Amino acid sequence: MAPSSEAILEVRDLVKHFPLSQGIVFKRQIGAIKAVDGVSFDLHRGETLGVVGESGCGKSTLAKLLMALERPTSGQAKINGVDLAKARGSELKRMRRNIQMVMQDPYTSLNPRMTVGDIIGEPYEIHSEVAPKGDRRRKVQELLEVVGLNPEHINRYPHQFSGGQRQRIGIARGLALQPEIIICDEPVSALDVSIQAQVMNLLEKLQNEFNLAYIFIAHDLSVVRHISDRVAVMYLGKIVELGKDADIYERPAHPYTQALLSAVPVPDPEGREGRERIILQGDPPSPADPPSGCRFRTRCWKAQDICAEQEPLLEIRAGGHLSACHFAEAHDVINA
Amino acid sequence: MSNDTLPATAPAAPPAKTPKKEKAASLWSDAWYDLRRNPVFVIGAAMVGILVVISAFPGVFDSVGVDPSTCNLANARKGITSEHWFGSDNLGCDVYSRVIHGARVSILVGFISAAVTGIVGGVLGLLAGFYGRWVDIILSRVAEIFFAIPSILGALLILAVIGRDNAGIGSVVLALGLLAWPMVLRIMRAAVITAKHQDYVVAARALGAGPWRIMLRHILPNALAPVIVVSTINLGAFIAAEAALSFLGVGIQSPQISWGLMIADARNRFLEAPLPLLFPALFLSLTILSVVMLGDAVRDALDPKLR
Amino acid sequence: MVKNPSIDTSLLPADAATEPLLAVDNLHVEFTTRQGLVRAVNGVSYTVNAGESLAVLGESGSGKSVTAQAIMGILDMPPARIPKGEVRFRGTDLLKLSDQARSQIRGQRIAMIFQDALSALNPVFTVGWQISEMFRVHRGMGKRDAMKKAVELMDRVRIPAAKQRVNDYPHQFSGGMRQRIMIAMSIALDPEVLIADEPTTALDVTVQAQIMELLAELQRESNMGLILITHDLGVVADVADKIAVMYAGRIVENAPVHDLYKNPGHPYSKGLLDSIPRVDQKGQDLYAIKGLPPNLLDMPPGCAFHPRCPYRRDNCVTDVPPLYEISGTRGSACHYYREVLDGTVE
Repeated sequence: MAPSSEAILEVRDLVKHFPLSQGIVFKRQIGAIKAVDGVSFDLHRGETLGVVGESGCGKSTLAKLLMALERPTSGQAKINGVDLAKARGSELKRMRRNIQMVMQDPYTSLNPRMTVGDIIGEPYEIHSEVAPKGDRRRKVQELLEVVGLNPEHINRYPHQFSGGQRQRIGIARGLALQPEIIICDEPVSALDVSIQAQVMNLLEKLQNEFNLAYIFIAHDLSVVRHISDRVAVMYLGKIVELGKDADIYERPAHPYTQALLSAVPVPDPEGREGRERIILQGDPPSPADPPSGCRFRTRCWKAQDICAEQEPLLEIRAGGHLSACHFAEAHDVINA
Repeated sequence: MSNDTLPATAPAAPPAKTPKKEKAASLWSDAWYDLRRNPVFVIGAAMVGILVVISAFPGVFDSVGVDPSTCNLANARKGITSEHWFGSDNLGCDVYSRVIHGARVSILVGFISAAVTGIVGGVLGLLAGFYGRWVDIILSRVAEIFFAIPSILGALLILAVIGRDNAGIGSVVLALGLLAWPMVLRIMRAAVITAKHQDYVVAARALGAGPWRIMLRHILPNALAPVIVVSTINLGAFIAAEAALSFLGVGIQSPQISWGLMIADARNRFLEAPLPLLFPALFLSLTILSVVMLGDAVRDALDPKLR
Repeated sequence: MVKNPSIDTSLLPADAATEPLLAVDNLHVEFTTRQGLVRAVNGVSYTVNAGESLAVLGESGSGKSVTAQAIMGILDMPPARIPKGEVRFRGTDLLKLSDQARSQIRGQRIAMIFQDALSALNPVFTVGWQISEMFRVHRGMGKRDAMKKAVELMDRVRIPAAKQRVNDYPHQFSGGMRQRIMIAMSIALDPEVLIADEPTTALDVTVQAQIMELLAELQRESNMGLILITHDLGVVADVADKIAVMYAGRIVENAPVHDLYKNPGHPYSKGLLDSIPRVDQKGQDLYAIKGLPPNLLDMPPGCAFHPRCPYRRDNCVTDVPPLYEISGTRGSACHYYREVLDGTVE
C-alpha cells in the first residue's frame, strides 16, 4: 500500500532540554542538555520515515518524546490532530493505543519473569476495552503467528528464545493494540547479520498488511535506505536534512550528510582505493554547549564567518529538498 | 521445519544459556531446579524442616512424658540416664525435653522477625525506590537513623525500655525487627532502582501501564531475589541474636524456655555439670549452621553472580 | 625486519623465514559449562603474514573471538580447554610455551585491541600513566622518558593536544579517543601482529571511519600483520586483503577479499552478501538466510549449516565437509561449492 498524503503525525518545533543542576539540597540549574532542539516533520499514513544520526544527536530522545515517555520542553506532536504533549490521564492512555514502539535490545526489553503470552497479552490487560477476556489468548496466538513464531510457545519465557525471536515477540507486543504508528528504535542493530534481514522483511510485511506508519531510527544507513520512504538526518538535536530516500542518498546537500554517507563502509572491495572519503575531524560537540549559528560548523570544511553568526534554516535548497546549510550543494558521494 | 523463517520446534536460545530440558521454565522454577540439586540446600532444608516440626509438636519428641517444667531438685545435675537422655540441670529439670521445647522460641523469633523485616523493609524499599524524590528522602533518612544504632546494643536498650515484665517473644521480635528493617529497605530500594530503568519497564509505560501494574508486575518480581536472599541470611542472625539477648537476661524470661536462657542458667556450674550447657549450645549451633547453609544455597540459586 | 632486539631470539627455530608470521593450525577450543561441553572452535586454521590484513568474519557464537583469545593466551582455563591444535608464531608453537615465555610475547610481539575501550582502560590512572607503563615495565625506562614516549604515541594515533591531555583520565575522553588510546597502548612496543576484535562496533560511523583509517595507516608504517575480527561486511571490504568466514566454530570459507565478494564459494557467505540491502531492491523483500544459528550444545550432524542451506542434499546431513581447495588461495567447506560458485540453486 502506498503512503497516503494524510499526515497522522505532525511534529512542530519539538524541544527537549534536560536541566543540568548542581548542589544536593539547594539545586540550581547551571545549564541544559539540548537533546532535541526544534524538530519539525510530518508522518503520513503507511509511510516510513527514517531517522539517522550519530549517538547524542537526539534521535532516541525524539523517540521518547513521541512515545510520551518524556514531556517536551516546548513544541507539539499531534497524532490525528490531537497534541500528545498536552494529553493527560485517560486521553493519553487512549492515544497510546495508536502509537507503539519496538525497542533496540531484545534481551532487556522483555520482562524475564513473564511468559510470552503474558507479555504480548499485557496490552489487552491495560486496555481491557480492546479485547474481551475470553478472546485474549486466541489473539495472542494469532499475533505470534503473524510475527512468525510458533503459537504453541505461548507459555515459554523470553530466555528460551534467541535474539531474533525475542525481537519478534517485541514486535508482536507493539502490534497488539493495532496502532497506526510504530516507532522502531534501532530494531535490528542488536541482532546477528543473518537475522537482521528476517526482521527487516517482517517489518515490511506488517507495514503492508496493516498500513502502518514507521519512524525507523537507526545508524545503519543501508538498512534505513532499504525501508524508508523519506529520511531525516539529525545532528546535535536538529534535523539538518530531510528528503525522499533518493534525495538524501543520491543528492545529499548538507556537508554532514555527505560525510556520513562517505564514511559508511561499502560492502564491496572493488575500487576501494579510489573511493571518495570525507573523514570528519574530531567528535561532535557537547549538546550542553552547542556551537553558535550552524551546529556543524566546528567540523565542517565549508565553514565561513556567516556559519557562526547565522543559523541556517531547514529550507528547500540545492537538490530540491530540505536542508539546513548556507552552502548547500548536491553532491553524490556514493557513486562519485 | 514447517515455515520459512523459523524452525517450528527447537528452542534455540542463546547457546551458552540453553537449558537442555524442553519444558517451559520460569526463572523461579529454574532456581528451584538448581536448589533441589544442591546438597547444601537439601541438608540445610532437611535440618530446618526437622527443627520446625520439633517446635510445632514438641510433645511428640520430648522424652517419654517427662514434662520440661516439672523439675525435681533431687535430680539436679545428674548425668545421662535412661530417663534423662541429656542429663538434668541445676534445678533437676530434664535437659532433653527443655532443649526440645526451646526450639520453638528460636524458630518463632527467627521466622517472625525475618518475615516482618522482609515485608516491612521490602514494601518501604519498593516505595522509596519506585517513587524516589521526597518519599525516598524521608524513608531513607529514617532508615539511616535506625541503621546507625549498633544492633545488640540497640536491642538491649529497647528491651530495657519495654521491661522484663513484658518481655517475651513479641518484644524480642519487636527489638530485632526495629533494627533490621533498614537493611532490607536498602537492598530492596537498590534492586528496585535497577529494575525501574530496565527497557521492559519503559515498554510497559509506553503501553500505558499505571504505577501499580508497573510496580507489582514488572519491578517487584525482578527485585525480589536479593530480599529473599538477605531474609534467609537474617533468619540465622535473628536466631543467634535471640539466644544472645536471652543469655544477657533481657530476652525470653523464665518460665519460658529458650536455648540462650538455658546456657545462661548453666554457665556457673559448667565445670561440674557441662551437659546442661553443651546440649542447648549444640542445638543452637546446628540450627544456625543449617540456616546459613540454606541462605548460601538460596543465594547461589537466585543470584549466581554473587558466588 | 628485526623489531625488538631485547627479545631472546633463541626461541625461534631456523626455518622461521619460510613460516608465515602467525599460523593457527587445526585449533580446537571447548568450554565446560553447566549444560554440557561447548565446542566453540572446531579445527580452525588461518595464517597472517607481515603487512597482511586478515578479516575473520562471523556472527556471535561463531568462535571468532575465542580463536583470538586462544592466540593471545587470555582464555580462562578452565572452563576453556584446548584439546588440539597449534598457534605458531614465527614457527614456534605458542601453546607449548611456558606461561612466562608467553607473557613475553603477549603485548610485546602480538597485541590486541578490544571493542569496549572504556572497560579495558583503568579508570583510576591517567592515560599517560597507562601508556607509559608499557615502556616502564617492558623496556625498563624511567618515568620521565616513558611519559615522553607516551606523548609521542598519542601524537601518532592523532590525539589532539597530546601534551596537555596526557594527564587526563579515561572518562574525560570520547569513545573514539579512548579507542585511539587503546591503539596507542597496543602498538607501544611495536608488535608484529595486531589483533583487533570488533574495534569500531561501539563507535559512530564517522568515528569508525577515522579509526579504520588510523589502523590501516599504522599497519602500512610498521608492516604489522593485522587480524580484524568483525561481523561487518562493509568494514571487511574496506580494509582486508583476505577473509576467513566462520560459522559454528569452523572456517567455512577463506579467500582473497575481492574473490569472495565477487563470487562467494560457500552458501553461508553467499547468503550474508545477498542479505545486504541494495538500492535496486527497494520495496522488495531482502534475501534472508532462513532459520537460526545452531545451538553449540546441540550441533546438527554433518555440515553445521545444513538446516539453513538452500544447496542441501542428503550427504550434507551426514558428512562434515572438509575445507575443499578451490584454488591455491581459496577454500570452501561445502560439498557443493562448485554449484555455489556457478550460482545454480536446485
